[in-house]
Amino acid sequence: MAGDLTKLGIVEAKAGLAAKDFSAVELTRAFLDAMDGSRALNAYITETPELALEQAARSDARIAAGTAGPLEGLPIGVKDLFCTKGVLTTAASHILDGFTPPYESTVTSNLWRDGAVLLGKLNMDEFAMGGSNENSYYGPVVNPWRRNGDTAALVPGGSSGGSAAAVAADLCIAATGTDTGGSIRQPAAFTGTVGIKPTYGRCSRFGIVAFASSLEQAGPMTKSVTDAAILLGSMAGHDPHDSTCVPTPVPDYAAALTGDLKGKRIGIPKEYRVDGMPAEIESWWAKGAEWLRDAGAEVVEISLPHTRHALPAYYIVAPAEASSNLARYDGVRFGLRVPGKDLNEMYENTRGEGFGPEVRRRIMIGTYVLSAGYYDAYYSRAQKLRRLIANDFETAFETVDAVLAPTAPSAAFASGEKADPVSMYLLDVFTVTANLAGLPAMSVPAGLSDQGLPMGLQVIGKPFDEAGVLNVGFALERAAAFKAKPAAWWRA
Amino acid sequence: MSVDPATVKKIARLARIRVDEAELPALAAEVNGILHFVEQLQSVDVEGVAPLTSVVHRSLPLRDDVVTDGGNAEALLANAPDRIECFFTVPKVVE
Repeated sequence: MAGDLTKLGIVEAKAGLAAKDFSAVELTRAFLDAMDGSRALNAYITETPELALEQAARSDARIAAGTAGPLEGLPIGVKDLFCTKGVLTTAASHILDGFTPPYESTVTSNLWRDGAVLLGKLNMDEFAMGGSNENSYYGPVVNPWRRNGDTAALVPGGSSGGSAAAVAADLCIAATGTDTGGSIRQPAAFTGTVGIKPTYGRCSRFGIVAFASSLEQAGPMTKSVTDAAILLGSMAGHDPHDSTCVPTPVPDYAAALTGDLKGKRIGIPKEYRVDGMPAEIESWWAKGAEWLRDAGAEVVEISLPHTRHALPAYYIVAPAEASSNLARYDGVRFGLRVPGKDLNEMYENTRGEGFGPEVRRRIMIGTYVLSAGYYDAYYSRAQKLRRLIANDFETAFETVDAVLAPTAPSAAFASGEKADPVSMYLLDVFTVTANLAGLPAMSVPAGLSDQGLPMGLQVIGKPFDEAGVLNVGFALERAAAFKAKPAAWWRA
Repeated sequence: MSVDPATVKKIARLARIRVDEAELPALAAEVNGILHFVEQLQSVDVEGVAPLTSVVHRSLPLRDDVVTDGGNAEALLANAPDRIECFFTVPKVVE
């Protein structure tokens, strides 16, 4: 039975627990066993089996007492960017060596409030900077998917690559991720899983290790759109600890999933048809538009004229915020300290040794664009472009309810294939716009590429219309009927 | 705009990150690659556009000016790489 239980999604597991087909402890054990046999994927940085079994036993007691929460007994993996009280939290960085938070992030508090079980902390790109999970101090995550007839290791995408790989390989029932420029959606697309980045302000950022505060949001990564709706419902909500987190009530997202798009207008942004886009991306995109038409929507072409400036604007704003946020790692209050002969040398030694190459690059770029004499030419200009990009969407949403686009410009690629930083940045071309404009956006698997790899479609919606985005995603999911799973080559 | 190894050294100094001399030319090349990429923004007309600093369309909330947290010295110090009693320590800064 154990092998079967890990195949379940949230909806099926909730039903099974309610019907007493299995206990939360049995369900949790099944995932712990799967994790035990799947270390080749390097999806988890820290596993918490004892804690998980304790939590599961408490869940069983609550289920028996009739006081089960909405996520009661469901074993979840948490990206190692969320602070978890008493559980090592690393952001996949050497500089956070040994950091054991004395407090819990709001999003994970919400999960435990609702009865979820923590399986462990998931691997990621260091400080969420990267699109391939090759930037982790704890080593790269391997994508459970391989190309047809090929054993070459592929990247799971990033930065929430451990979360995506764990969901795809059934090493957790669902996971949390964070998305600053595509870090939930792109790995979801690379692994055939579902991920949604909600509107900026929907989930609290309190207790999430900060990278680019004006761009990032937490969101669920799951096996289905309904699972994402359920998990988002628990993660979201007002928090006085985050002044940007809005007091708008959280709707019942799962209840809004009908798949009926009658009367809805979906925009296809012509600027997303970029030069050199692979023909199969284009054809899945067209297929997605057809599915939405079949679900009753009217599909129209729209223009988002400033799209091509989004990436350069993002790669100024995000590093600028990173250089400021990461100034806190000084070897004094937590994490790594490398001694030096005086205070400055101690700072420099600690940060020189503690940060990996991509984090160092971004801090350097951020420091440069914020420095005297360059602020107006770079940072201020990028913020103006950000306004123009947000305005593009505002204008488009006067005539359409949501936007359909590809999630990523390619399927998963081989480890080491993109050695040049800028070629890695180009992966974010379709995803950064939603972060710059603060909009909800999700990725849903559409089908397999010619090489047998998952391809994702992206839905971008109006501010705080997660319900609308999820419903478009639900219509895509129903039409795509994506059931493929990777062959379990990694099982020990 | 491009930077030379001396400028990279200065940026690293500002960012308090130790970089070995030998690494500077390669790091300058990487930084220049990124700067060259973002350079395309210089061609856009942004005359009269106000910078977007927040996508949250409401003013920051105010709370009552009362103490809501505190008394956590032990928890705050628990992760310190080095401490003396109730204090964080740093290398000596005065002679």
